[in-house]
Amino acid sequence: MQVGVLSLQGSFIEHKNMLNKIPGVNGLEVKKKDDLKKIDGLIIPGGESTTIGKLLERFDLLNLLKNMISDGFPVFGTCAGFILLSKRIYQENDQPLLGIFDITIKRNAFGTQINSMEIDLKIKNFEFPYKAIFIRAPVVKEIGDSVEVLAEVDEGPVFIKQGNVLGASFHPELTDDLRIHQMFVDIINKRR
Amino acid sequence: MREYGTVKIKRGLAQMLKGGVIMDVTNEEQAVIAEQAGAVAVMALERVPADIRKEGGVARMADPVVIEKIKKAVTIPVMAKVRIGHFVEAQILEAMEVDFIDESEVLTPADEEHHIDKWKFKVPFVCGARDLGEALRRINEGASMIRTKGEAGTGNVVEAVRHMRKIMDEIRKIVSMSEDELYNEAKNINAPFELILEVRNLGKLPVVNFAAGGIATPADAALMMQLGADGVFVGSGIFKSNNPEKRARAIVDAVTYFDDPKILSEISKDLGEPMQGIDIKTLSDEEKLQTRGN
Repeated sequence: MQVGVLSLQGSFIEHKNMLNKIPGVNGLEVKKKDDLKKIDGLIIPGGESTTIGKLLERFDLLNLLKNMISDGFPVFGTCAGFILLSKRIYQENDQPLLGIFDITIKRNAFGTQINSMEIDLKIKNFEFPYKAIFIRAPVVKEIGDSVEVLAEVDEGPVFIKQGNVLGASFHPELTDDLRIHQMFVDIINKRR
Repeated sequence: MREYGTVKIKRGLAQMLKGGVIMDVTNEEQAVIAEQAGAVAVMALERVPADIRKEGGVARMADPVVIEKIKKAVTIPVMAKVRIGHFVEAQILEAMEVDFIDESEVLTPADEEHHIDKWKFKVPFVCGARDLGEALRRINEGASMIRTKGEAGTGNVVEAVRHMRKIMDEIRKIVSMSEDELYNEAKNINAPFELILEVRNLGKLPVVNFAAGGIATPADAALMMQLGADGVFVGSGIFKSNNPEKRARAIVDAVTYFDDPKILSEISKDLGEPMQGIDIKTLSDEEKLQTRGN
C-alpha cells in the first residue's frame, strides 16, 4: 500500500517514517499533481496551515485534492492538516481550505506556545490512553451530525472522523505510538 | 494530566516550522506581508540586521510595544531576539508569551562567557552556530532549534554556506567513527560526549537546523535547502529589496520546491532588485557578527 504525505511544509518526514514502520505500507512524499495518482491515501501533516494552504492554492493542488476527497479518497490531517480539512475557521475567513469536515475549528485554541502540552488522551476503542502532543493546537467549536468524535478535552473535540477522513488536533507523528497511523491504514484497507 | 514545556513540546514546534521561511519584520504591515506570502513565522525586531550593521551602537531586545503589535497582526508564531546571555530579556519575552526566542549574535552580547540556561524556560530557543561543536554546546544549554550564523545583514550567502557545509561535514565524520573515537572527538570539538553519541546514532542533529545569515534570493534559499537545511530565516533580504511581497512569496515557494530547477526558474523571474549586499572580505573582524558567542 502506498500512503502519501503532503510534503509542502511541516512534519512530513516524521509522518513518512511512522508509515514505513507499518508492515506492508510505503510512505511517499507528495508535492505535485502527478504524485497524487500513485497513492491510496494521504496524510496532511502538522506545520503552518496558512503556509500549506497558500502553497496548495499556488501550485494548483487545492481543487484537485478537494474533488478527490469528496469522492471518498481517504485523508488524515494532523493539526495544520486538520485545520485545512475543515469547512469553517472560528473568527477567520481569509485562508484557503479544503473544506471537508462539517465543523468550525478554532486555531491556536489553547493560546501561544507556552500553553502547548502533552495530554494522556482517552480515545474511543483504544485499550489504554494515548500520549497526545498538542502544539499551538486547534479545537473543534461547532460540529455537524455526520461527524463522529473519537476524543475530546475540556475545550472541545480534538480527534474526529467523517467518512474516510480523520482529523487530529495533536501530533501522532511526534510519538512512537503507531495506533493512530494504523487506524488510518485500516480505513484505506477497508476501501480498497 | 497536562505537561507543559517538555523537550518534545519545545523541539516539536521547531519541527512544525520545517520546510518553511521565517521572516524578519519590524512592524505590523511587514508582518502581514510576511504572513500573506506564506511565512511559517515572523521574527519581531526593531531594526533589521542590515540597519543594525549600518547604524551601530548597542542593539537590544525590541520594545515590547513593537512585539505586541506584531503579535496582534498575525496568527502565525511570533519570535523575538534577545542578546546572548541576557536571561532577563528572555524572561520578559516569555512573560509576553512570544512563541520562540532567538538568543542572537545579531544583537550586542550581554555576557561574553555565558549563554542563557535555556532549560529554565518553557518557551523554546533557537541559537546560531558556525560548526557542530557550537551547535551541540547550545543544545546542551537547552536550545530546541539551531540555525547557521552566516553573516547577518550582508545579503551575502557565503558564510551561511560555509557554516552549513561545516556542520554537515562534521556530522558525516562522526557517523563514520567508531564509538571509542568519539571521546577524543568530544574533546576536539569541545562538545558533550552524550550529544556526539546521539548525533552519531541519528545521523543528524537532535533538533531542527535552519539556515540563516545572508539569504537574499529564492536561489540562495534553495541552495541552503539542498545543502541540508531544514528551512530558512530571511532577515534583511526581503524588506531591503524593492519588491518585498513578490520576493517573500518566491522564497517561500523556493524552499518547498528547492530540488526542482524548472519551478525555481519560474519563481525567480522578475523579482526586482535584491538588497545590495556586502562582500565579506571588506568587513573587519570587529564588524563580523558571527564571532559573537562561543
